[in-house]
Amino acid sequence: MQTGKLSNWSKWFLSLGFFFLYAPIVILVIFSFNKSELVTVWAGFSFKWYGELFRDPQMLGAAWISLKIAVLAASAAVVLGTMASIVMVRMGAFKGKTAFTSMITAPLVMPEVITGLSLLLLFVAMGQTLGWPGQRGMLTIWIAHVTFCTAFVAVVISSRLQELDESIEEAAQDLGAPPWKVFFLVTLPIIAPALISGWLLAFTLSLDDLVIASFVSGPGATTLPMQVFSSVRMGMSPQINALATIIIGLASVAVLIAWWFARREGMRSVKI
Amino acid sequence: MKKLGVRSVIAVPYIWLLMFFLVPFLIVFKISFSEMQYSIPPYTDLVSWADEVLTINLNLGTYAYLINDDLYIRAYMSSVRIAFFATVCALLVGYPIAYAIARADTATRNALLMLVMLPSWTSFLIRIYAWVGILKNNGLINNGLMGIGIIDEPIAMLNTEFAVYLGIVYAYLPFMVLPIYTNLVKLDNSLLEASADLGCSPFKTFMRVTLPLSKAGIIAGCMLVFIPSVGEFVIPEMLGGAETLMIGKVLWQEFFNNRDWPVASAVAIVMLLLLLVPITFFHRYQARELES
Repeated sequence: MQTGKLSNWSKWFLSLGFFFLYAPIVILVIFSFNKSELVTVWAGFSFKWYGELFRDPQMLGAAWISLKIAVLAASAAVVLGTMASIVMVRMGAFKGKTAFTSMITAPLVMPEVITGLSLLLLFVAMGQTLGWPGQRGMLTIWIAHVTFCTAFVAVVISSRLQELDESIEEAAQDLGAPPWKVFFLVTLPIIAPALISGWLLAFTLSLDDLVIASFVSGPGATTLPMQVFSSVRMGMSPQINALATIIIGLASVAVLIAWWFARREGMRSVKI
Repeated sequence: MKKLGVRSVIAVPYIWLLMFFLVPFLIVFKISFSEMQYSIPPYTDLVSWADEVLTINLNLGTYAYLINDDLYIRAYMSSVRIAFFATVCALLVGYPIAYAIARADTATRNALLMLVMLPSWTSFLIRIYAWVGILKNNGLINNGLMGIGIIDEPIAMLNTEFAVYLGIVYAYLPFMVLPIYTNLVKLDNSLLEASADLGCSPFKTFMRVTLPLSKAGIIAGCMLVFIPSVGEFVIPEMLGGAETLMIGKVLWQEFFNNRDWPVASAVAIVMLLLLLVPITFFHRYQARELES
């Protein structure tokens, strides 16, 4: 497509689009510094809701549980997602490949209520017949998150694998490297940026999930979105605005890091 | 030895997906044919073995119940309707944005793309919550309009179907923009020049060259918005009112409030059947993308 200076029409569309996307977020951030109890009436600048947030043991406990699950789920999803991408991109046809590709892409669009219900019923049935998992909680949420995050990670990594020149791997193979050595010394370093952005994507997806976690969780494992949802149902609270501001800040930093990696990668490929 | 390595690379993700993606659906299917009972777990067994008699109880009553109670049919229809029109709105808003980004130079393009994606990296729940404060009766829009005296009484916007449309378009817009952009950016410029050389106006070139060539991106974007929207729970729960009926919310209530697992399972199975055509459509596109 022809690139260059943007026409006036394009500028209009972009400004309107970005206004629509960002205005609600900016408003949320502004009102997190509001002194008043009322979320929509400005009464002066204050940090008091941040203080309240950090003194709320339920919120902090839920945040800690969510972070632990997100780190563990993202790490497992990157391993499984990488394996799945290699199967899809690098391995030729095999029996059941279509089924495999379908199972990888289906979680991308599957309504969350269906995924959540089906996994819960699986865990209940397993508990009845195998006696495991005896209790639902962090472990079952982790399994559910790994399953749907793997799909997203596989999409990110396989698009990178497709761009990768296969002749580099072939060269290593011709020089006598066994397949595992080719993978760890040649392929993995090249796709590392995709692994990092896949990990970050899985991490945020896990941290963000309300519906699936609500189904598969048990007593004692309340994640941050579950905690936020139950407090939002009671009505609006400036404390949630403060939490939102922190999440938005962290997400911006994560995206900037991912973007920086992608850019560095882009510049390197230009040099070659 | 080499064979074993290759096999295990295939086997590990394959077994994980079979176990935690395919088998769960079979269990949902099974439970949709059982009856609710007050026990743990709260449903009857399909197969029982007593006094050397094997009994198979296939209870079709749950499905008959879904057909007879018009709540469910209305919920399915209005979910599909809301998801469909929201997808159309998202396409109308998203296509121009994707087009404009694809026309920008490379450096600007990457920055703009990052800006489109950034909101979806923050919490979905919180982005929907943001609209509650804007739309409610004493929210920002109503306060602003009443402050400058355009209206005397607040306009009811929260807890309406309008708010649900707004929420879906807002939350899913990046998923519409991204695939269309990926498609447009690959578009061969010489085709557009050829069309112009042959005397087509820019508008005609767009309608007859650009639009048909970006069809794959449009389909992928629409499916990425439509399919999850049909089963959406958070948006109708937080922005919709009592009269906004959506099937995701019905399933949630059957499960969490009524504790009727067989009905919740049957609702899920019918929803899945409804989405089978769009999901297969999406697969074909995605499989081509992943394996090419």
